[in-house]
Amino acid sequence: MSTSSIRAYFNRTSNGAPLAVFRILFGVLMLISIIRFAANGWIYKLYIEPDFHFSYAGFEWVQPLGSYTYILFLICGLSAIFVSLGLKYRIAIITFFLSFTYIELMDKTTYLNHYYFISILSFLMIFLPANAYFSMDAFRNKQLRSQQVPAWTIDSIKLLLCIVYFYAGLAKLNSDWLIRAMPLEIWLPSKYSLPILGDLFQQSWSHYAFSWAGALYDLAIPFLLLIRRTRVLAFALVVVFHLLTRVLFPIGMFPYIMILSALIFFDAGLHNKILSYLSRWLKISKSMFDNSEIYTFPKKWVKKASIALITLFFILQLTIPFRYLLYPGELFWTEEGYRFSWRVMLMEKTGYANFKVVNPDSGQRFYVDNTQFLTRFQEKQMSFQPDFILEYAHFLEDHYEQQGIDNPEIYVDSYVALNGRGSQPYVNPDIDLTTITESQNRQTWLMPFNDDIKGL
Amino acid sequence: MSLLFAWSCTDSSTSGLNEDDFAREAILVNWADNIIIPAFEDFAAKTSALKSATEQFSNNPTQQTLAELRQEWVESYTAWQRVSMFEMGKAMELRYRDNLNIYPTDTDEILENIREGTYNLELPSLNNSQGFPALDFLLYGLDESDQELLSYYTTHENADSYKGYVTDVATRIDTLTGTVLEEWQNGYRDEFVSNSGNGANSSLDMMVNDYIFYYEKILRAGKIGIPAGVFSGTALDGHIEGFYSKVYSKSLFLESLRASQNFFNGRHFGSQATGESLSSYLEFLNSTKDGSALSGLINSQFEEARLRAEGLESNLSDQVKKNNTKMLSAYDALQRNVVFMKVDMLQALNINVDYVDADGD
Repeated sequence: MSTSSIRAYFNRTSNGAPLAVFRILFGVLMLISIIRFAANGWIYKLYIEPDFHFSYAGFEWVQPLGSYTYILFLICGLSAIFVSLGLKYRIAIITFFLSFTYIELMDKTTYLNHYYFISILSFLMIFLPANAYFSMDAFRNKQLRSQQVPAWTIDSIKLLLCIVYFYAGLAKLNSDWLIRAMPLEIWLPSKYSLPILGDLFQQSWSHYAFSWAGALYDLAIPFLLLIRRTRVLAFALVVVFHLLTRVLFPIGMFPYIMILSALIFFDAGLHNKILSYLSRWLKISKSMFDNSEIYTFPKKWVKKASIALITLFFILQLTIPFRYLLYPGELFWTEEGYRFSWRVMLMEKTGYANFKVVNPDSGQRFYVDNTQFLTRFQEKQMSFQPDFILEYAHFLEDHYEQQGIDNPEIYVDSYVALNGRGSQPYVNPDIDLTTITESQNRQTWLMPFNDDIKGL
Repeated sequence: MSLLFAWSCTDSSTSGLNEDDFAREAILVNWADNIIIPAFEDFAAKTSALKSATEQFSNNPTQQTLAELRQEWVESYTAWQRVSMFEMGKAMELRYRDNLNIYPTDTDEILENIREGTYNLELPSLNNSQGFPALDFLLYGLDESDQELLSYYTTHENADSYKGYVTDVATRIDTLTGTVLEEWQNGYRDEFVSNSGNGANSSLDMMVNDYIFYYEKILRAGKIGIPAGVFSGTALDGHIEGFYSKVYSKSLFLESLRASQNFFNGRHFGSQATGESLSSYLEFLNSTKDGSALSGLINSQFEEARLRAEGLESNLSDQVKKNNTKMLSAYDALQRNVVFMKVDMLQALNINVDYVDADGD
């Protein structure tokens, strides 16, 4: 591409309806997600009840706020309403991004790829003029009101969705997924009580069929959605695929978010129909927004900065999932570089970690009852993820130091079973974890993984 | 297509099994009809005998009636080891295990209850002054000799209160047991068996979680690990079952271990016959670990733990004081099976440990 064609691309405009529909649906789905989260009692259970929280490196300062945590969720939910309405959009989407991301950073026990997706998507939306069309802001501000928006602003959302799918597909190109049909071979047979599918899932070939179809779907769907001729078929596949995952796994709001997000690939005609319908229903005039105006960034430098930031954002999105190549060892075993990479439902990993505290002065030793410090959910997540184990070991060091043991030594007897392999010793039981830091190569303190997983 | 999904989404837990399937419902039937209910029936008969023996003793406290009461206590305490793991349904609602077997028992509170004469054993705060451990104290631990102990029930100024307390504790054990058994016999059995679907609230998932919890916390930690000081660094020789009667702690542990293994293998209560079980399910799923069948590994680990425990003193309190290493060695053997069951077995069965109702991705 020459610089002039790049410039031409960034000057191209497009009907703003898809962006407006996306904004409205995003806000509504986020509001529902927050309400659902609160209604399930998860705010208390995940953020208030536990005494200890697992932090992301560098974000130890992000902690739950006691009973103010409810306010944080309230703010997040309210900002979703404002986003949906397109009222004070920029402030609303920034507030949403910050509050949602803060919530996710409070405890990595709850890490889910789709929460990460919401975080980065809302970050991206900060820079998009999603309120230029069919919004309260545009209703109130004639200057802002524009039927046309830069085409790249809509494309950026498409690109993010394509990355999510395609990278999820790439991650499936490994021997466990394709050759051993793992972990579906473990997961599917246990869904025996589903009608029709339940019986099917007892057959080994169905695990392979679902594994291969899943990988193929993830790799192909971005292209099928982008190409006009295959778009309707692709959308049908999106609906079937995500509803199927909804039936099979406890996956929350994610399927609905992905299904509705995929609407962005359709032409503006569909979105204008949706908005016309919405206008009739809400008795508002859509025509006032159809002014043929083209959205312009308030300042030239704002446009330039936005494009620069988004470019950087996508470069990072394209490279971060490959950071695991920098680390030695089997990714599924060390999990170094596993998160933030669209590695979705790739592993069935179960662990057990039994911590031993040794008082070096007296030689006294005893085991820790993890339930004294962790919820069962935290204990479960901790027991097979090295960074959790290490962080918890350091927490135990501090705790027993305060209990009067000078320089306590912390060891762990741990076992992990990965994708149907028998349990193997996980952390080297002879290493005092208080001497290990997160920056150290995990292979030096984990036991070797006695198998080989080939592929990406 | 969307119809199919709507149907699937709203599917209740009825199973759609064909003949090639492993009949998971058969496991539940075997558990309920051949293990759980017979074990509760046996236990209920024994708690009833315990209650009668207490009444006999109260009416006429002699060396003879004391000996008879003690005998019933040992027998029912032993039978308890075969039902304790089934803390579900009514038992869970009643916090059955907490009422029957919290040890060490709170002797000060027991004596205060007797002295004051006003107590409500239904209060959770009194969980640790009732059940088998409280009877252990009242029947063996009040004083040095049997003569002196009997005097609390005969010549002591609060003798009536002492007799009343023993009776109340035994009655409560019997009443709670009756309630739990009755629920199993009237409706809960069918509910349990028909809830054969998959998912966190299915009977299979719940039972397996309860079972592993029992094995890990109540058996491994409670009976061996805690007295051996595994979690405290120093041995706690008072934290054993039957602390005052002294000679039963090992046999109570062994009974609990046997019951756990029998449950794993689906062995019918009081019989050599076996039915569908975790063991046969694992064999069906063809679970192997390092080439050997997982069910075989778990069974040999049970045997190993039993072998090591059989070498212990009958009074684990003495064992802990004299040679804790043997106790720790028994603990290690028990510990290995926690890994096999909690990691390998749960993964093979795709059952979430202590399922948390949160989203996954």
